[in-house]
Amino acid sequence: MISLKDKKEFGELVKANMKRAYFAALGFVGNHDDAVEISQKAFIAAYRNYHKYDRSKNFYTWFYKILKNLSLNMIRDRKKIESLDFIEAKDEDVFKSVESNELAAKIEKALFTLNDNERSIFILKEFENYSYKEIAELMEIPIGTVMSKLFYARKKLSEKLRGMI
Amino acid sequence: MIEERFIILTEKFIDKSLTDNEKKELDKFLMDEDYKKEFQNQINVKEAVMNLNLKKPKSEFWDNYWLNTYNRLERGVAWILISIGLTLLIGFAVFQFIQKLFVDDGGPFIIKIGLIVLFTGALILILSLIREQFIKTKNDSYKEIKR
Repeated sequence: MISLKDKKEFGELVKANMKRAYFAALGFVGNHDDAVEISQKAFIAAYRNYHKYDRSKNFYTWFYKILKNLSLNMIRDRKKIESLDFIEAKDEDVFKSVESNELAAKIEKALFTLNDNERSIFILKEFENYSYKEIAELMEIPIGTVMSKLFYARKKLSEKLRGMI
Repeated sequence: MIEERFIILTEKFIDKSLTDNEKKELDKFLMDEDYKKEFQNQINVKEAVMNLNLKKPKSEFWDNYWLNTYNRLERGVAWILISIGLTLLIGFAVFQFIQKLFVDDGGPFIIKIGLIVLFTGALILILSLIREQFIKTKNDSYKEIKR
């Protein structure tokens, strides 16, 4: 059991990390409802295991592993991807936006042909603007591996999106 | 076969962290048609996603996020307590019932047999469910997480 002080502290941690937790989950599972479900479930799992968390380490790095495992379990358990809806165009121009949203839908599909690690690295870098170093720390892999996975992710996407970009 | 050095230089170029010497090194690679084509493909993907965002939920969503998480957490604890309470009460009731069944000689023998079989079946079912849940928890991958 954790103390009331821990509960308050944990609440602060949720508030400080909920956005990146949600967006990381969104990148893994591909739609809002599942991202909410998984990110909250990960916080609940983290709360129950909070006594195991080493406070000298970064909370989000520890939490991310829980989130990733739960997301991968969800992806594994669902037979097919129900709905992908997690990317939108930045463009405010309506006509350009229609075109960009069509491309967004194609990129969503193409992203889900990548393996889970490639997809999460690609999303962290391209959509959440993480540095190579931050991704390497989060995923506990060397920076060179991050670069390599990102490169091959782009290469695969380029093949999937041939003729569109 | 793509050279590892080319990959690193391309990534650094995309990340705008390429030094002058590295730029010269990359240019040498780009004299080769295959590398040039691959480099262009990488840039095309980068440019295509530059105009896209992850969909953002409405701001109210964030206001309720912790509250919803907390409610789910609290309900989880409530369910555990309810389950323990029910198990204790049902266990006691079953114990009392079986005790009465054997002490009381008045009832028909077939009903006693029927009830014993029924309770044995229910017990096997409960044990099977508990075992399944135990195995599932034991294999839960997030439990492997170390500090």
